[in-house]
Amino acid sequence: MKDYDVAIVGGGLLGSAIAWGLGRLGQRVAVLDEGDIAKRASRANFALVWVQSKGLGMPAYTGWTVRGSKAWPKLAEELKAQTGLDVVLQQNGGFHLTLGEAEYEQRSQLVARMHNQTGAADYRMEMMPAADVKKMLPLIGPEVSGGSFCPYDGHVNSLRTFRALHAGMKAFGVDYLPERAVSAIVRDGNEFRLATAQGEIRAAKVVLAAGNANATLAPMVGLSAPMGPTRGQIVVTERTMPFLPHPLTTIRQTDEGTVMIGDSKEDELDDRVQNHPINAVMSDRAQRTFPHLARLNVVRSWTGIRVMPKDGFPIYEQSETHSGAFVACCHSGVTLAANHAFEIARMVKDGALDTELVGAFTAKRFETAAGAGGSGYY
Amino acid sequence: MSAAPKRDQYDVVIIGAGPAGLAATADAAGAGLSTLLLDENAGPGGQVWRAINSTPVKEEALLGTDYWSGAEIAKAARDSGAEIIHRATVWSLDRNLEIGVSVGGGSAFIKARRVIIATGAQERPFPIPGWTLPGVMTAGAAQTMLKSSGLVPDCPTVIAGQGPLLWLLAAQILRLGGRIDRVLDTTPRANYMAALPHAFGFVTSPYFMKGLAMMREVRAKVPVTGGVTELAAAGNGKLDAVSYVTAGGKRETLSAELLLLHQGVVPNVNLAMAAGVEHRWNELQLCWTPVLDALGNSSIPGIAIAGDGAGIGGAQAAVWRGRAAAGSAIKASRSNAKVSDVSAQLRRAERGRAFLDTLFQPAKQFRIPQGDTIVCRCEEITAKDVLDSVAIGATGPNQLKAYRRTGMGPCQGRLCGLTVTELMAEARGKSPQEIGYYRLRAPVKPIMLSELANLPKTEEATKAVVRG
Amino acid sequence: MFKRADGDSRRSVTIHVEGQAVAAREGDTVSAALLASGLDVRRATAVSGARRLPYCMMGVCFDCLVTIDGVGNRQGCLVPVAEGMQIEIQKGKREIGK
Repeated sequence: MKDYDVAIVGGGLLGSAIAWGLGRLGQRVAVLDEGDIAKRASRANFALVWVQSKGLGMPAYTGWTVRGSKAWPKLAEELKAQTGLDVVLQQNGGFHLTLGEAEYEQRSQLVARMHNQTGAADYRMEMMPAADVKKMLPLIGPEVSGGSFCPYDGHVNSLRTFRALHAGMKAFGVDYLPERAVSAIVRDGNEFRLATAQGEIRAAKVVLAAGNANATLAPMVGLSAPMGPTRGQIVVTERTMPFLPHPLTTIRQTDEGTVMIGDSKEDELDDRVQNHPINAVMSDRAQRTFPHLARLNVVRSWTGIRVMPKDGFPIYEQSETHSGAFVACCHSGVTLAANHAFEIARMVKDGALDTELVGAFTAKRFETAAGAGGSGYY
Repeated sequence: MSAAPKRDQYDVVIIGAGPAGLAATADAAGAGLSTLLLDENAGPGGQVWRAINSTPVKEEALLGTDYWSGAEIAKAARDSGAEIIHRATVWSLDRNLEIGVSVGGGSAFIKARRVIIATGAQERPFPIPGWTLPGVMTAGAAQTMLKSSGLVPDCPTVIAGQGPLLWLLAAQILRLGGRIDRVLDTTPRANYMAALPHAFGFVTSPYFMKGLAMMREVRAKVPVTGGVTELAAAGNGKLDAVSYVTAGGKRETLSAELLLLHQGVVPNVNLAMAAGVEHRWNELQLCWTPVLDALGNSSIPGIAIAGDGAGIGGAQAAVWRGRAAAGSAIKASRSNAKVSDVSAQLRRAERGRAFLDTLFQPAKQFRIPQGDTIVCRCEEITAKDVLDSVAIGATGPNQLKAYRRTGMGPCQGRLCGLTVTELMAEARGKSPQEIGYYRLRAPVKPIMLSELANLPKTEEATKAVVRG
Repeated sequence: MFKRADGDSRRSVTIHVEGQAVAAREGDTVSAALLASGLDVRRATAVSGARRLPYCMMGVCFDCLVTIDGVGNRQGCLVPVAEGMQIEIQKGKREIGK
């Protein structure tokens, strides 16, 4: 049996980014993943590299997000150099557009609250009236009242990022082990033993990156990860000529030409059924935002389950009782991918989280009443 | 012009107006059930009886008696009192028996107490080098043009592949004065021996004499090369040549502008799978078939599947399966209704199928391509691309899709799904059943964004989307 | 590539392909009429620009995509011709507003 420096539970964008980062640092890494059918936010996400409105209620999250956004070009360049895959990172600013005056007013208030929060100084999220939006997005419809713009915002081809990370992992010698759901983790002397139906994996350290399943895995190594998943629904159109130079929170055009239209936030957690009225609302808003989309064909819609810590902010924690065990979970696996690849991987290699950078994201916050409030998700 | 469904609820909604759908419609509506038949084409008939009411090929001998037998059933359906809508695209069906249907640029949801999916079959993908070149089409495509428009090839034409439809098409093209330069028969030689134990069932089936006569008719007019083991289409921007390897191992090339491919038909699974109907890999027919009881009831209560979508059985079997499914719907609606047992007729119609399935099981090299041969026509993904994905960790079609977009194009996996499953199974040393299939989702056929936008909305849905 | 068999007595319907008048027959689909026209009606794919013609003619392959009366990406094999119909051969991705 091969011994690993680190076993990572979860091969989605978060686990893969950490694994890639550890492989890059010369660590011997195994990634244990589920199989073809699994709840995979990495396959269902909206692919934004997004800053605006992140962190209301937790300024540290704003800083962490900005840092991740700024480190993304380095990740994209390294992946391209290593795998030849262009993940098409575009960071020329993004919009949240509003329909009608009431929505514009509501958004203005959110922007004001963000500005009033200490630590959000670098934020540069501004409201923009419709006339100014139209200069940047000429095809908006008459109902668009304006919106908020943040120059840090962008998007990326998240599926190609997923593939590039997996290809890069292989190139770094990381063992990606699919169809190995982990049923138990025990600490045995100075190593962890991870039980799977296909046998046991041993490693000196373990990183739990299993999304919402972290809630059940974390207690096995003296950690906690309270999760509150939600469901999101997205529709996507056929390819069309490029028309959208900036991504929106709810509409983006992929480099392939398809138009993704999101998204919902629902308590329902069955990802096999569709909520038709939600598709109707999203499609209606999309065609009011860009009237020319009305005649485009929708080729698919899907629902995905968001990985979502209970208060919406990331959890990064190391075990006090099981030294060498870490848990990492967050909603924004795309936005924070560079942080995971560079910062979290480094910390795991060093054996300790850097409290200056990620101390605010301890799961201990859930033990106090104050931790219950806020939402890291717009 | 087609109009939207008149009601928002029906006793039974039948999807597809081929043999199974027409027979089910005639019986269900005939028994007094409120019945809606939805069909994508301009008129009834499905593929096998395509253009039965409108074909310009009027002389009965040209298309044959099997074709014209559809006229009576189409008439029975038309006269049954059922509501029939053509050019209607069913794009959603779920376990609540709610059906999303698009007609004339607008969509609506309707509810059914029973649904009979009769969406039939499509031709099995035939992924050879060059199969995306202009001038390479399916044999079924040529037959569609022949039946509905009286169009026949008039350029250098090669027909390649295997199975009854190949010979029927060749005979029909020749009868209508069309041109065929060569038939390349890819039936594996070993299949003849394997099929032998099933031969008795076949020689006593209705196919036998007709099949022999048709092959004789074609052979009298066109050179036939049997035992072909390799096949490739070549050309720059359009088909110029077809090359092949003979049973004797000799490579030969023919000039051609049209190559018609066929290696059997497989169930059209998209709607049923999107509805959540359980399917299993069929080791004989080498495709996914739904798990059904004797009356065609699926794993989803209230959804039955009839016709070739239930597993390939041919037009006669489809008619009886349609009637069985209708009988089941009638019984569910009226417990005291008298429904005749059609199982004996169905068994008779299915006789000879095992022989055909064994004899015409396509060879591996025509199902599992290699190298630069395109697997996914929409996203232009090759066999090598698929294998590269397996090498970095793709375990099945859905992870592959994330890596390479296979199945994400407008055809939604219809032309690559079987190939992907078999190719990945081969590469990973697993069975196709273990590898699985794409998770399919509505809309199973593209519909305009405005159609989705105009569907009913709720306050709750708006709140779930508009979040500041 | 294809010719019409003798004895087809259906009414003639005129459609316009890239501005050029083409005589189709009532009951033809757009794809059948295009293939019978003798014109170069190959589309270019949205992915690589590769040339394609209809493959399945029964609505499953989407290689017959064509712009009909100003609306792009229609399945030509499922749409019957109508008098005066304007057909454009699609070149790559669907255009804005089409």
